[in-house]
Amino acid sequence: MNDFQKELCRNLAKYCQDVIEPHMEHDDAEGKFRMEFFKGLGDYGVTGVTLPELYGGAGLTYSDYCYVLEEIAKVSVPYAVTVSVSSMVQTILNEYGNEDQKRKYLPALTSGEEIGAFALSESHSGSDAASLKTTAKKVDGGYVLNGTKMWITSGGIAKTYIVMARTGAEGAKGVSAFIVRDGAQGFSYGKAEKKMGWKTSPTKELIFENCFVATEDRLLEEGQGFNVAMGGLDRGRVAIAAIGVGCAQRALDEAVSYSLTRQQFKQAIFDFQGLQFMMADMALEVESSRLMVFAAAKSIDEKVHNSKLCSMAKLKATDCAMKVTTDAVQVLGGVGYTAEYPVERFMRDAKVLQIVEGTNQIQRVVIARHLKKEYENHA
Amino acid sequence: MWFFTPEEKEIQKVCRDFAKNELAPFAEHHDNKETFNLKAFKHMGELGLLGITADPDYGGAGMGATAATIVMEEFGKACAGSTLSFLAHSILCVNNLNNNGSPEQKAKYLPKLISGEHVGCMGMSEPEFGSDAVGMQTKAVKSGDFYEITGNKMWITNAQYADVVYLYTRTGPGKKDLTTFIVDKGTPGFSVSKEIHKMGMRSSPTGELSFQKAKVPVGNRVGNEGDSVIHMMKNLEIERITIAGISLGIAQACLDQCIKYAGERKQFGKNLAHFQIIQKMIAEMYSETEAMRRMLYTVCYEYDNGNKSNNLASAVKLQLPKMATKIALDAIQLHGGYGYSREFPVERMMRDNKLNEIGAGTNEVMIMIIAKNLLREALRD
Repeated sequence: MNDFQKELCRNLAKYCQDVIEPHMEHDDAEGKFRMEFFKGLGDYGVTGVTLPELYGGAGLTYSDYCYVLEEIAKVSVPYAVTVSVSSMVQTILNEYGNEDQKRKYLPALTSGEEIGAFALSESHSGSDAASLKTTAKKVDGGYVLNGTKMWITSGGIAKTYIVMARTGAEGAKGVSAFIVRDGAQGFSYGKAEKKMGWKTSPTKELIFENCFVATEDRLLEEGQGFNVAMGGLDRGRVAIAAIGVGCAQRALDEAVSYSLTRQQFKQAIFDFQGLQFMMADMALEVESSRLMVFAAAKSIDEKVHNSKLCSMAKLKATDCAMKVTTDAVQVLGGVGYTAEYPVERFMRDAKVLQIVEGTNQIQRVVIARHLKKEYENHA
Repeated sequence: MWFFTPEEKEIQKVCRDFAKNELAPFAEHHDNKETFNLKAFKHMGELGLLGITADPDYGGAGMGATAATIVMEEFGKACAGSTLSFLAHSILCVNNLNNNGSPEQKAKYLPKLISGEHVGCMGMSEPEFGSDAVGMQTKAVKSGDFYEITGNKMWITNAQYADVVYLYTRTGPGKKDLTTFIVDKGTPGFSVSKEIHKMGMRSSPTGELSFQKAKVPVGNRVGNEGDSVIHMMKNLEIERITIAGISLGIAQACLDQCIKYAGERKQFGKNLAHFQIIQKMIAEMYSETEAMRRMLYTVCYEYDNGNKSNNLASAVKLQLPKMATKIALDAIQLHGGYGYSREFPVERMMRDNKLNEIGAGTNEVMIMIIAKNLLREALRD
């Protein structure tokens, strides 16, 4: 970490710990999201970290951004996720949007006044995203959208949605990307998912019933929607990986500090070798995941296209988050299983990191595909 | 299992039907609301299950560890929280009383506990003494015909519903100066001081018990002063075996649910069953579940036939919950986003099972016990 990153994280950590942390147990139990916290993060300049200053962003690197996500995730995985999804939407707008679209939508997102969300999945198309069924039918001056999107992170709290819909034939080439605003006629929210974790981050269905979208709100050309979706993929994966590192780091912190104070059999439980080995392994997992995440972030900053590394970082860091949080509950024992200590919340929050942005099974498919290509090229 | 007796097979069938009709349909609701399925509990009494191991003279079924574990597995498939409460009642309270109570105590307490009229619990752990339970500080001081009990008991399953507490206390300074009592609800000075909110097993109430000079008659002392350690030793194996039974039920239910989902869910134009990565997950879950099942019921069989091995019971308690957590995590993964949602039961099963790696002796304590047993000679050095 350079001095600038240290300073940024120190201030951010203070805000997260002083303001957000005291509410997390309660808000997790109630499933409550607070817009003022998100705006507060915006005041620290972390809701549009990598966006150009021209559009209100902080103009920082992807590596800086990963440190930011790790810091927020140490206090709240769901708020880190809200930031990361909103940031992904901004990146997509910045890269694929035209000047008008950027000027119109970006400033409210970079500042943290508003939240962005991304709508690709449907009930029957999860990993197999290209089979999506939501349609966008061409009409005078624009398109009419019909269909239902599922698992939409920040559904209902976001104002700007990037929605993937079918304008052409089956398959990836028939998909186009649209910008849809909260409140558009024919656009409503369906049921809120009841989830195991990420409870402060709402997940909803988006329902489109003859929802009109103007041509100027289409991103790129017809049929290029999947390029838009896939273009943000590597970065989205590294962001989730950075959140995984933060989640695991917090669990490790809790486990070590608890085990140093908890006495059983007249000694601190940290002094039992069985627990020392467990925590040494946890620390090893966290540090190796962090190194991978920053190698991947660096490859993004240096514009070296390395999807394999990004997939590997996502796979490694989220598996690490699951293992380390599970072990942290174990180190804390009975109290770790209760809501009085945060580790069970982090364990519940960790699980879905292995599922979103491409399940960890899909990451293996991606890695294997790269391996095949590399070895075939060598032969 | 092929060696189950006809009676055990009958218990299996009865419990399977009961779990399907009376536990499974309500499991999600009670998990969500953090409430206890008292109706199902009462019905377990009518079926004669609440005293599964107890003496038939007092209304018990007089069966062994195998039968008790069958109940755990079948109930565990449907609602692990209700099963944990069943365990705390029938194994921690009823079985202990049945083992150690005097004929008078048994005649007074067992029939109502076994019929389901009363709910039972056991008080051992304290806020500062979990794994190190024998270090407990709750004191019982004799004064005339009574003992005055002062202290707090933590992590008490069924606390809020319990009519009867099977309680361990300290009556002297020595490590083993521990004495057991039966404490009735309503005893002055005895209250439930806290409800505990948990990650899983949410349909099983957990609370803290508080004793402030609670007056318990001498007649409610179980055995003599200083007998608690003997009482604990007698019950250890069956506690560990039966809690592992809940994990077996959870693992089996996860496997069943995954097989079903793999046949229903379509991605990339075919159902998940066609993908080798899914096949691998399911094949491994199956082989792990079968390894669990065969280990568990073999140990039950030995237990019922006179080999009460502390080491094997601890090994079962270490292996099964650990494997079931892995299986349940994989089951969520196989279901993807749906697995993470409350629409499918696998995320609940994972949350529930994690407790089994902690309650009734953590994995780490099991490791400590097994190692001590195996290395006894070497450690003398």
